[in-house]
Amino acid sequence: MDAKQSRKLDFSPILVPLLSIVVALAFGGILIFIQGINPLLAYRVLFTTAFGSFDGIAITLAKATPLILSGLAVAICLRAGLFNIGAQGQLISGALASAWAGYTFVGLPALVHIPLALIFGAFFGALVALVAAVLKAYRGVHEVITTIMLNSIVIALSDYLTSNPFKEPDQPLTRTPKIQDSAQMPDLLGLPLGFFLAIGLSIILWWIMRNTTTGFSIETIGRNKNAGWYAGISVKKTIMLSMLIGGAVAGVAGAVETLSIIGRFEPAFNAGLGFDGITVALLGRANPLGVIPAAILIGGMRASGSTVQFEAGVAPELVDLLLAMILFFVTAPLLARFFKNRKENVAMTSGWSN
Amino acid sequence: MKLRTSHYLIFAFLAAFTYFYSKDGLVATSVLYTAIQFALPLALAAMVGVMCERTGVVNIGIEGTMLISAFTAFFAGAILKNTVQGMLVGVFTGAMMGLLLALMAVNWKMDQIIAGVILNILAAGITSFYYRQNYSIPSTLDPIDLPVVGAWPILGPVLSFHGPITYFGIFFILGLWFALYKTSWGLRSRAVGEHPSSADTAGVSVTRLRYLNVTVAGAVGGLAGSYLALEAVGIFERGFTAGKGFTALAIMIFGRWNPLGALAAALFFGLTQAVTNQLMIDEVVEIPPQFINMLPYILTIVVLAISAGKVRPPAAEGIPYEKEKS
Amino acid sequence: MRTLLEVEGVSKGFGSVIANENISLTVKEGEILALLGENGAGKSTLVKAVFGLVKPDAGTIKINGTVMESGDTAAAIASGVGMVHQHFQLVPVMSVTENLILGDEPKRFGVVNIKQARKEALALSEKYGLEVDPDAIIEDLPVGMAQRVEILKALRRDVKLLILDEPTAVLTPQETDELLEVLRNLAKRGVGILFITHKLREVMAVADRIAVLRGGKLMGTTTPKESSEAKLAQMMVGREVVLRVEKSQAKPKDVLLSIKNLRVSDDRKLESVKDLSLEVHAGEILGIAGVEGNGQRELVEAICSMRSRLSGEVIVKGQEIPNLNPRAAHLAGVSHIPEDREKHGLVTSYSIADNLVLNRFDQAPFAKGWIRNLEEVANNGEALVEKFDIRAPDAYLSASSLSGGNKQKVVVARELSQQLDVVVAAQPTRGVDVGSIEFIHNQLIAARDAGAAVLLVSAELDEILSLADRIAVISNGKIVAIFNSKEADRNTIGRLMAGLAS
Repeated sequence: MDAKQSRKLDFSPILVPLLSIVVALAFGGILIFIQGINPLLAYRVLFTTAFGSFDGIAITLAKATPLILSGLAVAICLRAGLFNIGAQGQLISGALASAWAGYTFVGLPALVHIPLALIFGAFFGALVALVAAVLKAYRGVHEVITTIMLNSIVIALSDYLTSNPFKEPDQPLTRTPKIQDSAQMPDLLGLPLGFFLAIGLSIILWWIMRNTTTGFSIETIGRNKNAGWYAGISVKKTIMLSMLIGGAVAGVAGAVETLSIIGRFEPAFNAGLGFDGITVALLGRANPLGVIPAAILIGGMRASGSTVQFEAGVAPELVDLLLAMILFFVTAPLLARFFKNRKENVAMTSGWSN
Repeated sequence: MKLRTSHYLIFAFLAAFTYFYSKDGLVATSVLYTAIQFALPLALAAMVGVMCERTGVVNIGIEGTMLISAFTAFFAGAILKNTVQGMLVGVFTGAMMGLLLALMAVNWKMDQIIAGVILNILAAGITSFYYRQNYSIPSTLDPIDLPVVGAWPILGPVLSFHGPITYFGIFFILGLWFALYKTSWGLRSRAVGEHPSSADTAGVSVTRLRYLNVTVAGAVGGLAGSYLALEAVGIFERGFTAGKGFTALAIMIFGRWNPLGALAAALFFGLTQAVTNQLMIDEVVEIPPQFINMLPYILTIVVLAISAGKVRPPAAEGIPYEKEKS
Repeated sequence: MRTLLEVEGVSKGFGSVIANENISLTVKEGEILALLGENGAGKSTLVKAVFGLVKPDAGTIKINGTVMESGDTAAAIASGVGMVHQHFQLVPVMSVTENLILGDEPKRFGVVNIKQARKEALALSEKYGLEVDPDAIIEDLPVGMAQRVEILKALRRDVKLLILDEPTAVLTPQETDELLEVLRNLAKRGVGILFITHKLREVMAVADRIAVLRGGKLMGTTTPKESSEAKLAQMMVGREVVLRVEKSQAKPKDVLLSIKNLRVSDDRKLESVKDLSLEVHAGEILGIAGVEGNGQRELVEAICSMRSRLSGEVIVKGQEIPNLNPRAAHLAGVSHIPEDREKHGLVTSYSIADNLVLNRFDQAPFAKGWIRNLEEVANNGEALVEKFDIRAPDAYLSASSLSGGNKQKVVVARELSQQLDVVVAAQPTRGVDVGSIEFIHNQLIAARDAGAAVLLVSAELDEILSLADRIAVISNGKIVAIFNSKEADRNTIGRLMAGLAS
């Protein structure tokens, strides 16, 4: 981060995401209208279900929890100039590993078992990211393709593991056994404990980026790799470090989902959380604190998708469509130019092998 | 003599073919036939990458382009009850995706990786929102029984009886190779991808050429998507391109941004898959199906790890062109 | 004689910077007009406007009496304007022939007739006496040869007006003389030539008329006969210029930087520094004179440990610098003003203050262990902005909003504000205004007088001649001679730079 921010207040980091949401909702409204449904009704149901009651908010925040974490996983890598599209795979790996730790270890006190399962999740999330990190740092293979391929590999591998060695015995479903009670993450103030964990991690990472030499190294490599090398920052180490942090955080996202919501690992249950992380991170401007409101918004949309179908008759995939459009408008520079005449160049693209 | 990648490919091919042919000639030809079917969508999708990147635009939205084109091709085919018209709609959809990428990458000078990701997410969102069950196309595109060639021994059953998109695709790839290296369009495209300002100062419009190539490439991606929906399987499922658009990028790199190189690499991928499938059917090896599914993805990563640092991408790839200032 | 080019009242601004203000000039058939001005005076903008690469805000450009649509390169080419760019506009991976025909290929039904193209290339090179191999790949050619291709490319389009943007920046004095001869011959054939430079010697040697630009304005037009180098310099800079830097006698002491049998390869993995040995003493400036691309960049990067050494040693104060570890070189006392400040020297989206600690952000007092001390970073920023005369309202401004000269001052301030042992300055004044050049030169001399061993690499022979105490000439990756600056003679150095035995 800058030594001191320029004193002039700049609202565009908030206004651009807000406006892109509004524009995306407007476009989505047109599409709903074409289907013969009143878009205002659909949006009202969407909003009141997500944010209209305490219970609704609790569900929204529960849905937002893994999104905050997967958003962080993408955001930290973006800071280092890396595009971690692999949060999905890292998250599934973490979810499965924590489930395994959750049902395998017996007789541990919750105070030991929960952190242990979380560490399993973080470790195996980071392990998946490690493959992409090593290939990027030492072979120069672009992380976008490797992480996408790793997503598919992890999905197939987790499917194999849950239908064979890790399968719940004597059950037709492909899923792991239920985790021990001692691994079950409790609620706090009616909210999942994981939510507070996610907020805590966001604040810690924000502080690290702003105040530590590690944060400055990551930021420098992300903005100008050559200048970072000139300044004596190890490009390889920084790439490895930020990818591993990203992978571990994504792994924790999966672990929290396993330990507090699902209670076991089932292949289809984590689908899309990692990809939503991309939208969360870009909507939150790759800022570790910015991902929190972005994740809550998207969590709310996810939480109310099925109610919208029930009450307004719009397919729940409406949310996918809205998110795609939000992503489009938040990254397309049109809206940004509307506010400011400057170009932000986050050039991550520069060939497949550098 | 130094062994080059292409030699390994030929060895792999001969080894696989000899193995099957010694067992059963019919099986051998059917493995090769299947290999071509696996390879074609990958090869066509790799051409999208070649056309874009040779003019300096990175396209990681090939996956989304294929997905949404397969979607429109299938549903247009089903609603119009005409498979050929469905294919045309698919190709048009692909071109529109190309145009959108050109708009983001060339006009708005966005980061091209993000632009590509947007194409993919948009395609996934639209196809899952509008997906409906209980639709079917009247028939898949009819295979063509090649005259003369079809009667050849061994090669006949391998080369004949593919669908029209397959034959068109192969001719397109050969044509693209010729165009890229022998025509003025190719010379200019390559110049734009390597050193856009020298093309610009020679009176070649960088913007126009990038728009043209990225849009046409999108149409080719649309054709690849149509192939999957209308020629290969005749159905559409959510997310059913299954990463082929990304594997295509590895194939493009493996083929050194050369259409013929990429075609060879795609055939290698296709052959690997066809051989593995056959080994499974013959119960020679017992591999869980999940690992078979993983094969192309692992192959992609391995191929990238090998090629990285050895191949040289077009120099201006990924960099928006701005006329020099001051 | 007909007037080829009429520029009338052209103005152009980039944001708040005015590059051209109400400029008018003409070029006639067979005439060489030299456009003289320092870096940033607006020369390049003006010729780019003529060539249609830049759209002027106001004014008209007439070629052969026809008003040109602004921003239309193709139209400019069609009406007979050819341009030889400062940065060669050649596709490195393509052949000479392919580069010559690009944009106007001999073809039938879209298929390029490469045989005919090759014949054309040969005929062209014969017609103008500029010999090139039509099948050579551009990136394999030496710079002077690539420039020939660039000139031929312009001539192929039947040019009436040839524009050359700083064509001699990359040439040896001998190659420069050859180029000037080529220009005279072209002028005799009736070609009008617009020749941009900031080198007075060349202007006096070749121009028929001289137009001087300063700060985007036309200061006046003169001829070599009516003028002198000193007068031109004054017009160019706006005040009397001390062409010679004032400095005291060097008092060299111990060897601080010692390079032994160094071998380094370039980006293309070709060996570009070949068994090079060199010593720099405390209290002296050793200048490396040479044509760009003779291994200077690789030498500098190897000393600073940014580029891998194939073999050999770099020793600073008796301590060997490990390979590929820029941090170790910096800690050992190497200050490095990099050749490309935008690529290596700065993170332009960072504040000036952050840039001023870029390579010591994790050392005291700017960090305490793992935690950065942002207050110290800010204080240091404010102090250096003041001390090094960086023209910015405060130290928190993003470096991207600074001018080239002030960006360079940020780099110089960072590098020269620490313990000075060895200073490696690569092209320290490239693209910098005269005021900043003077300032940077004085800072380098001050560093020398403070006991630093200064290694100065510059493509400007004049800069080397005026600053260096000793001059080492590099050619093809080897030091071919070392002179005491008092015995140095421009001609001898030039011949050595060109790889000729003196």
